[in-house]
Amino acid sequence: MSHHVLSLLVEDRPGLLTRVAGLFARRGFNIESLAVGTTEVEGLSRITVVVSVDGLPLEQVTKQLNKLINVIKVVELEPETTVQRDHMLIKVRTDASSRSQVLEAVTLFRARVIDVVSDSLIIEVTGETAKLQAFLKVLEPFGIKELVQSGVLAIGRGSKSITEKVLK
Amino acid sequence: MANETLTGAQAIVRSLELLGVTDIFGLPGGAILPTYDPLMDSTKIRHILVRHEQGAGHAAEGYASASGKLGVCIATSGPGATNLVTAIADAHMDSVPLLAITGQVNSTSIGTDAFQEADIVGITMPITKHSFLVTKAQDIPGVLAAAVLIATTGRPGPVLVDIAKDAQVGKMEFIWPPKVDLPGYKPVTKPHGKQVQAAAQLIKEAKRPVLYVGGGVIRAGASKELLELSKIIGAPVVTTLMARGAFPDSNEQNLGMPGMHGTVPAVTALQKSDLLITLGARFDDRVTGQVKTFAVGAKVIHVDIDPAEIGKIRFADVPIVGDVREVLTELNAELISELKGTKPDIAEWWTFLNDLRTRYPLGYTQPDDGKMSPQYVISRIGEISGPEAVFAAGVGQHQMWSAQFIKYERPNSWLNSGGAGTMGYSIPAAMGAKVAEPERLVWAIDGDGCFQMTNQELATCTINNIPIKVAIINNSSLGMVRQWQTLFYNSRYSNTDLNTGTDTIMVPDFVKLAEAYGCLGIRVEKEEDVDAAIKLAIETNDRPVVIDFIVGRDAMVWPMVPAGLSNDAVQFARDTRPVWEEGEEE
Repeated sequence: MSHHVLSLLVEDRPGLLTRVAGLFARRGFNIESLAVGTTEVEGLSRITVVVSVDGLPLEQVTKQLNKLINVIKVVELEPETTVQRDHMLIKVRTDASSRSQVLEAVTLFRARVIDVVSDSLIIEVTGETAKLQAFLKVLEPFGIKELVQSGVLAIGRGSKSITEKVLK
Repeated sequence: MANETLTGAQAIVRSLELLGVTDIFGLPGGAILPTYDPLMDSTKIRHILVRHEQGAGHAAEGYASASGKLGVCIATSGPGATNLVTAIADAHMDSVPLLAITGQVNSTSIGTDAFQEADIVGITMPITKHSFLVTKAQDIPGVLAAAVLIATTGRPGPVLVDIAKDAQVGKMEFIWPPKVDLPGYKPVTKPHGKQVQAAAQLIKEAKRPVLYVGGGVIRAGASKELLELSKIIGAPVVTTLMARGAFPDSNEQNLGMPGMHGTVPAVTALQKSDLLITLGARFDDRVTGQVKTFAVGAKVIHVDIDPAEIGKIRFADVPIVGDVREVLTELNAELISELKGTKPDIAEWWTFLNDLRTRYPLGYTQPDDGKMSPQYVISRIGEISGPEAVFAAGVGQHQMWSAQFIKYERPNSWLNSGGAGTMGYSIPAAMGAKVAEPERLVWAIDGDGCFQMTNQELATCTINNIPIKVAIINNSSLGMVRQWQTLFYNSRYSNTDLNTGTDTIMVPDFVKLAEAYGCLGIRVEKEEDVDAAIKLAIETNDRPVVIDFIVGRDAMVWPMVPAGLSNDAVQFARDTRPVWEEGEEE
């Protein structure tokens, strides 16, 4: 099984997310991550979904998604031609003795500290999934108290936009 | 047209009229009451009051399946809406164009667990082609127009429109036609030229081609084009359960129905083929049996309007997305120019299949208990009624026998619940068919189990002058389940006895029940009385007719491929496997 990043351009309608999520559940496909938000065009949203499936089931899930009336377009985004980013907020246990080590890791990974109290820090970090996993590994020994992350966001490189063709 | 101020309810009725709807099956209740008021004044729409919303749903399906038009049903919120669910699921599985309109509680009460509130849009999401929740009166014309467009185009299917009560009561400016904007809905009907050429090439080279015809051919109205293709290439044709009637049974090239209860020649033709020309069929498990051993030597041309069907179960060597009628028109033209008056040489293939036809014709044996044979009864109904009649079956043994032993000559003459297997489909579906095609003779061929699920619609039929004929194939049991118990559960009959036969306590007595509903009730126990009863039923048109045919309960449906096994394991009769080639050791 391999990971695939699907990008869906959808009409912003009530229940749309239920339709998409329900389809995955019903057809037996697992969602690894999901990110939803509005786009530069009013009334259109973009869903970035990461699924872990083989080639043929992927074709099937793409076709089924295309059948949803409010789904306008489905594209698979290949890692080589797209920018893919994950966003995390991490609450790490720190004390006087460990704080400097944690801050060093924050600098190395180009993360940012956004909240400090005496016994913990909140760190914000953005990057590819692999980088964030490495960062978490570094922080683990200090004690991760809480972790929140977005789904993967992905966009094609270059000047083309997936909304362009659709809205012509 | 000048703008007019209407209530949402008036807009619903007006929109439906303008969309060409002439018949609706439904039952009112609190949340849909505003709509029922202007509906009463409509001169263009006939509303038929059913006795249960499931009946409304199946009636709309029967209406659609018999006529090719859109079927419309309407119900109130909560339980009214949930009672439609089975019919909606059924329409989804069998690609029936269905519009289901439901009332919903006031938009301000949605989500509060209000009286008779159910999230019917949520409930039906997996079983509709699409659904809408309308909370503003102004949106009504646009949504209904979009719903009808979606239900009837591309791969047809059920669309639910849930309309809040305050949207029905609210005022709106009625503008027609409304703007329908569906940027994500563009069904492809015209095939790709290169794919059509590739298909023609495979057909030219095939030695053992089969036209594997599914229900899509009926939905697309492509029978004429199919007949032409069959003439051009001379290949054998198999018609699936959903496609009975898509190709005439009287045509020499028709091998009958494939699948679990298919004919030996049809099952074998698919199994031994080198090219499946798949037209509007979806490789259902009841056709393929075990998929990995299904037609292993065959290449596949797969024509379907739904791209998701192509490659779902079986790899397609030549996938063609398009409306099967348009595809066949182009394919036929391509083949005519490619073949230049010649025909592919498939004489050897026909010799093989004709030999199977001679050795393994459809047949049946007389039941041991002295009762009538159900196959005989069903054959006679078909023979006496003729091909212009409509036959709607329930689900189970009687359905399979009706698919096997009635000769279908035209599309839309055979209605049944194929994908969902919904017991109780037949009475309301026959009612709907009779409303759509009042000049036709319409039979509901039902089982004693199925009949008891929806027979309340006989009241609807009697009161609204919808004279359907009902043939109950009464074996006093849930026959198909009993057959499986006989074959696979050591004849231990757990909960399949229904006590409706003449040697039981007969609860209920179907003749008395028919009479209570104002129908003509007839009981037939001897084969010599079968013809007279059928003729009397056909002549009686002032009320519905119910014939209680008492048949042997041990009769079984043959041939049969046991569930999950390879089609190679097809049994012609119990423990009897066909010998495919002379001299073959089995």
